[in-house]
Amino acid sequence: MSGRLLWRTVTVREVVPETARARTLVLDVDDWPRHVPGQHVDLRLTAEDGYQAQRSYSIASAPEDEALELTIDLVDDGEVSPYLVEEVRPGDQFEVRGPIGGHFTWDATRGGPLLLVGGGSGVVPLMSMLRHLRARGGGIDARLLLSARTAGDVLYADELDRLSGDGIAQVHLTLTRGTPAGWTGFARRVDDDMLRAVGPGPDAARHVFVCGPTGFVEHAIEALLRLGHPPQRIRAERFGPTGGATP
Amino acid sequence: MHHPPMPPISRGFRGRRSSDVDPARVPPGQYVTRDFPVLSAGPTPHTPLEAWTFAIDGAVDELRTWTWDEFLALPAETITVDIHCVTKWSKFDTHWTGVSVDTLLDGLDTEAGYATAWCDGDYTTNLTLDDLTGGRAWVAYRFEDEPLDPEHGGPARLLVPHLYFWKSAKWVRGLTLTLEDTPGFWEGYGYHNRGDPWLEQRYWGD
Repeated sequence: MSGRLLWRTVTVREVVPETARARTLVLDVDDWPRHVPGQHVDLRLTAEDGYQAQRSYSIASAPEDEALELTIDLVDDGEVSPYLVEEVRPGDQFEVRGPIGGHFTWDATRGGPLLLVGGGSGVVPLMSMLRHLRARGGGIDARLLLSARTAGDVLYADELDRLSGDGIAQVHLTLTRGTPAGWTGFARRVDDDMLRAVGPGPDAARHVFVCGPTGFVEHAIEALLRLGHPPQRIRAERFGPTGGATP
Repeated sequence: MHHPPMPPISRGFRGRRSSDVDPARVPPGQYVTRDFPVLSAGPTPHTPLEAWTFAIDGAVDELRTWTWDEFLALPAETITVDIHCVTKWSKFDTHWTGVSVDTLLDGLDTEAGYATAWCDGDYTTNLTLDDLTGGRAWVAYRFEDEPLDPEHGGPARLLVPHLYFWKSAKWVRGLTLTLEDTPGFWEGYGYHNRGDPWLEQRYWGD
């Protein structure tokens, strides 16, 4: 990133429903600079009278993917996310600039083992890492622990099944607000025992990424530190206010 | 002169312009929130107050350090300011108590024009001494009349409200005064070296 990050017009190619509150926008954009998994974009909407609103969203697609994908989670009382989740349709246009960020990033050249811990829509930048790993053919010990409220809130559920079935990553889910019949995953908030069961342990894990609401991230990192993971190997991305709901 | 193309209209987007927000107080690209979101790159450090010190070091004629108790004994100010995060939120009328950086540097002899704020958790950010002085920067330890929470940078954070809030380094433990400007943590990852929200200096080249 040397020159100015330019605003680029994107056209919505496709809208993919993910959950009752989230959907993925598949975007066509000319000359998109290749991103690193974990990076985000700034997104800008312009109303007919010239009013503009900007927000930041993590990139969900892999650098190898042909289109840029953003997964947008509905924020109650939000200004931008209700438009993106409920209103936008194919052919609509807005602007993005990026990619942005260089700390909460990983690519396969950095190796593993890799431990990814996501809360709710915090899985989005982690999914970019896993899709990248799949595009590179796997071969790196990668584990995802994803916490969601209910089974219906799990983003990318089918694709996570496939990643797991294809041996690209070990995927562990935990549901904190009730489980469907026959559920075999975890069913509580992330804790020390759960992280121990998921692994890799502090001696093995080279890169640890934690993303989710602030309360979730604080809670998960405290558990990781108790298990002995060195703080300098833990990279975090938080969203929302202090004391926000835990997925 | 090159003019950027007109932005595309986002069909059906109307926006939500609140009537109770004075637009003159909102920098470009920002929105006003009543929440207090958290942005940090790693674990939240928890340094015990007995082990906490604050230092002015680097290109100075004398090293200055304070223990927690000594720091609390310094003349404090309580201020009301608007804060602006590069992730787009702004928060109005936040109340802080802390020590002005002018007080910390008072009487110091230095040739330095810059400073690096260093912190628990290995975070750093760079500022000009000009941005740190003249009643525009503090080391704050109380927020809304309560001790500052660790998630928000407690026990003490830098407060430089006229720049984007990543410059207001959490868990700050000292200022190293330097003759040359050295990019800090986010500044090395593509964020703007100065970060004036009114000029929308978010990233390199802005």
